[in-house]
Amino acid sequence: MDMAKIKHHLNDALLMGYSSGTLPEAFNLVVATHISMCDDCRAALAEFDAVGGEVLEAANDVAVGADSYAATLAKIAQKPTAAPVPAKPADPVLPVPLRDYVKGGVDAIKWRRVGGGVRQMVLETSSSASVRLLHIPAGTAVPDHGHRGLELTLVLQGAFADEEDRFGVGDLEIANEDLNHTPVAEPGMDCICLAATDAPLKFNGLLPRLFQRFVGI
Amino acid sequence: MLTTTHENAAPEAAVVLAEINGQGQGGVRATGTRRLNETDTNKRMLWVEHVVAIRDRQDQAAFAAVFAHFAPRIKSFLMRSGASPEMAEECVQDVMATLWRKAAQFDPARASVSTWIFTIARNRRIDLLRKERRPEPEDLPWGPEAEPDQADAVALQQETEKLGAALAELPEKQRTLIEKAYFGELSHSEIAAQTGLPLGTIKSRIRLALDRLRHAMK
Repeated sequence: MDMAKIKHHLNDALLMGYSSGTLPEAFNLVVATHISMCDDCRAALAEFDAVGGEVLEAANDVAVGADSYAATLAKIAQKPTAAPVPAKPADPVLPVPLRDYVKGGVDAIKWRRVGGGVRQMVLETSSSASVRLLHIPAGTAVPDHGHRGLELTLVLQGAFADEEDRFGVGDLEIANEDLNHTPVAEPGMDCICLAATDAPLKFNGLLPRLFQRFVGI
Repeated sequence: MLTTTHENAAPEAAVVLAEINGQGQGGVRATGTRRLNETDTNKRMLWVEHVVAIRDRQDQAAFAAVFAHFAPRIKSFLMRSGASPEMAEECVQDVMATLWRKAAQFDPARASVSTWIFTIARNRRIDLLRKERRPEPEDLPWGPEAEPDQADAVALQQETEKLGAALAELPEKQRTLIEKAYFGELSHSEIAAQTGLPLGTIKSRIRLALDRLRHAMK
């Protein structure tokens, strides 16, 4: 993967939301996956974490219990070192945080047809937002749609283009109420995306609305 | 504000050590006394040295000093984030035990000790209060030559110190907003609407450390 080619990055609000731990799990997964692919955003996140560290450093003291230190030592004695995390086998498409949710690599994705040649796998997260993997055949369009809330789309394989720009591997499109778009997968290679939203999409047209009933977004 | 909290550190450490160990901890006491006369950056390097001592020698005196400084701050942070005093107390112990267990993963060229502890406390808060998984980015494992350079670590600690000072000097209203964001009191859209963070000072330093890491892994 050529990291230098990533052009569309996380914004400050997403970085700060991820750092402060206030984003829904579905968005956290998109952020963690993008950062796995993008050193610029990894560095930017470290900066936001440093702000959190300074907020902690400046926090007023609240006295801990008299036995708190002893209780901590007892916890350490029970389990002195963190269990080593076994290295996961490399995957050409899915970074580690996604492999945890798919429970395997790209071959383990359980695709379901949702119409128009598009396939998806919904990933299990808390309910405040939803996230899915989308498989869009090369040259195929996802129906024209707008957004009620926030939609994040991260490209994992191939590329798509819409009215805004072209999005290749590692690129993240951040879409809100203002954007109506028709993403089209580029010819040549099927496009695999990770897409999260905190509200149902608004499809513009009857057939797309039927599509929505099947996709459930 | 930062100056006051720093000055508290050494006496707290001495008190905890006296309470816990009740015996000769002259070396650590001397360290604590010396710390009062040093610059804030050197204090940050001292926390780094303490974590390294925990990593390399399972140094309990160093751990007691880190505990005395950070445990009351973690408890305050968690209670501001909505944890009950009992839950916060339990959580403080978990966070400090995690610090001990994961000391080997701490990299002073990429984070200060306060930054690192913040991330551990935040993750524990998500576990306990929201009962959610927290997807984490793929880790960058150390390559064979990737032992962090001391000069890089010092520079990063200096820049973090500057960031802390810049935060302390923000107008009250702005600083309160940032604190609220990190205590989990602001939604995504509220965060999106706010601006004015004094960022940009340390990103390039961290980027440098990441580049070094990537290079060492080749």
